[in-house]
Amino acid sequence: MTLLSGLLGNALLSGGVLALAGMGELLAERVGVLNLGVEGLMALGAVSAVITVASTHDAGLGVAASLAVGAIAGGVFAIATVLARASQVLCGMALTMGGLGLAATIGRPFAGQPSAATFRPMPIPLLDQMPVLGDALFRQSLPVYLAYLVLPLALHLLLFRTRHGLTLRAIGENPAACDAVGIRVLPLRFAYVVLGAALSASAGAYLTLGFVPSWSDGVTAGRGWIAVSLVIFAGYRPWRIVAGALLFGLVNALGYLAQARNWGVPSAFLSMLPYLVTLLFMIVPALLSRGRPGATAPAALGLPYYRDQR
Amino acid sequence: MARTELLIRPLVQLSGITKSFYGVRANQSVDFSLAGGEIHALLGENGAGKSTLMNVLTGLYQPDSGCIAIEGHARRIDSPAAAIEAGIGMVHQHFKLVSAFTVAENIHLGWNETPFRAPAALLEARTAALSRRFGLAVRPSARVGEISAGEQQRVEILRVLARGARILILDEPTAVLTPPEVAILFAALRAFRAQGNAVILISHKLGEVLEIADRVTVMRAGRSIETCAAQGASRASLARLIMGDTSLPPMQESGRAVADDAAVRIELRGVTVRDHRGIALLDNVDLQVRAGEVLGVAGVAGNGQRALSEILTGNLRPDSGTVLLDGQAVAHPTPRRFARHGIGHIPEDRLRTALAADLSLAENAVLREYDRSPVARGPLFVPGRARALAVRIIDDAQLDRRDPSLPARNLSGGNQQRLVAQREARIADRVLVAAYPTRGLDIGAVASLHAAMHRLCARGIGVVLISEEIEELLDHADRIAVLFAGRIAGILPASDAESERLGLLMSGQALVPDAPDRDPGRAA
Repeated sequence: MTLLSGLLGNALLSGGVLALAGMGELLAERVGVLNLGVEGLMALGAVSAVITVASTHDAGLGVAASLAVGAIAGGVFAIATVLARASQVLCGMALTMGGLGLAATIGRPFAGQPSAATFRPMPIPLLDQMPVLGDALFRQSLPVYLAYLVLPLALHLLLFRTRHGLTLRAIGENPAACDAVGIRVLPLRFAYVVLGAALSASAGAYLTLGFVPSWSDGVTAGRGWIAVSLVIFAGYRPWRIVAGALLFGLVNALGYLAQARNWGVPSAFLSMLPYLVTLLFMIVPALLSRGRPGATAPAALGLPYYRDQR
Repeated sequence: MARTELLIRPLVQLSGITKSFYGVRANQSVDFSLAGGEIHALLGENGAGKSTLMNVLTGLYQPDSGCIAIEGHARRIDSPAAAIEAGIGMVHQHFKLVSAFTVAENIHLGWNETPFRAPAALLEARTAALSRRFGLAVRPSARVGEISAGEQQRVEILRVLARGARILILDEPTAVLTPPEVAILFAALRAFRAQGNAVILISHKLGEVLEIADRVTVMRAGRSIETCAAQGASRASLARLIMGDTSLPPMQESGRAVADDAAVRIELRGVTVRDHRGIALLDNVDLQVRAGEVLGVAGVAGNGQRALSEILTGNLRPDSGTVLLDGQAVAHPTPRRFARHGIGHIPEDRLRTALAADLSLAENAVLREYDRSPVARGPLFVPGRARALAVRIIDDAQLDRRDPSLPARNLSGGNQQRLVAQREARIADRVLVAAYPTRGLDIGAVASLHAAMHRLCARGIGVVLISEEIEELLDHADRIAVLFAGRIAGILPASDAESERLGLLMSGQALVPDAPDRDPGRAA
């Protein structure tokens, strides 16, 4: 039974990275901006969290630092893509490469050391006494609950139950129509790209303060890219992103388990699993939904908005 | 005239509006006044500056100079939001709706009276109430991408009215409507006017303008030429004002009997086409397009016209039945094969299916001839020759912007249509299939398009003219086939056809007695 409990707990913990990063990406994509810089944002968030806790010993401040750094980097990205209308794909690539490089450089003195502070478990009274599930689900840290419950609920309500959410989704679908009814497209795009970038960067803090927990070059290991594909796989819906993240977490945890128990599968294959599953997840839904209009991308995703165009 | 103007307090006064784009004067010191309780038609050729003027009034463009007064008070309209606040609402020619959203979501988009908590059920209930209040029938939970153009337009109007607009601007509102929908629209406009509100109506259809407008302002080449009362004006007098000194090409004879032995260029035998849900778009259609005739296809939009034009041009394969080109059955129809065979196609949705909007005029102009001499040399594409050919096509199409490197989307709708028509007429050695070719064109362009059509006929080329306007078909077609619910409800020689009879056939209320009657239950 502890086997199952451990597996589930580990799945939850490792999937949280993708849930946070994916929801950040979701915010940007819903207003029509494709941010391919998630990997770089995560690396920047991870390293700034580690550096902050090294001097403050406070995991909360570490997360705050990652949010702030993510917002600044996201602001630069938004100036380029939303205001200057540069190519979103190229700017996203630049953000990924620049973020990874910068993080490696400033993180060098901290590489390989355990993080000075980590997230503390926050058991939920009563629920944590449940057999199996209690240990796995209800003795996690605050960021885990945030990633799986609070944030998806908040985003879901925001996007699908409020006036503001209607506006946001419309900006991603048809900015010209929004402009015609008096919605200020560019300021809102800017704001949500910045917000999304901050959230994606906090996934880095989650990684180095909760999951791994230490900084080393390459610690993000392509998780930012998986988050980008997760958003597509989840059809741009918060709950499905979280569910998908948990699924990836499970694959990941299975890999660890197999390694620990020595199931005889070469570890290289086990490490490959999440990436292979990503490929599968991209292909299978596309095959299944062929010809039917399902959860499609926002129609204006990736397109800069110009008003003076007929 | 002057006396009535004194009596009416102007609701909107535009004075000396000037606006240039890339050095081209789109508006040149334009004055325009709109009174409460009037429907004011704004007329002019494509590119005369009507849309620019309206975009200035709705805050999308800032004028280079000039001022706007609303109810006598000078007002800066520097954003669409400011225009809405001033009570100005516009229904654009290309609807500004989010097609993935429901009707209710579109109505409530960007509206400050939308409740903060806005679940779908609440928005739909509010929309249903608005729909009743303003007498505009819409289905709140339907997705905009799946409803008819007429209903989309009602959504746009309802959205504007719900925000308390007193000034409603409509840009070619009837271009996409069926005749019954036009009647519904006009009734709604008259009711709106009766409450002291005002409508600005941009249109190319002079008959409609004379029917509904109180006053008319004519623009030409960026200037406002004249404002006059609609009463006492005639089609001819308005046409003269719009065209200026240029004259219309003479009208051609229509309703010529086509010799029975004229060669059959395209023949459909028992052609049935189904959509992905299995619903028949075309149902057992038999049709012949003969050399040298104009075959009119009448019918209310959505009765299979699109499938018919795509079958005739190789864009669709029939689910059953045969398509014959010059008597030869085509086993695997493809658009390329039909184009090679000399069949040109002016599709109904020019921006989506006829043009690559982000490519240049030059590239769009040579789209049908890029792979043959002189543009191609063997496997090579020769850009210099392509450009030379494109310049010729652009000149022949008489576009108002002649820079071949301009992206096609920067052309106005009418000019896009001219470019497509010119390009397709060039390759049409045997048949030209034209779906609503005059949609959005001004009267001068309509006349030259019809003249071009008849020139093709005189060369022995068959023309298929798909239209909703009975008048256009009666004036220009030799035979008229009526489509109803994917079937040919009847084929009449134009000389025998009357508009009432066609109207009955179009509404499915009558079948031609000598037509094979496959469904006796439906015959009236």
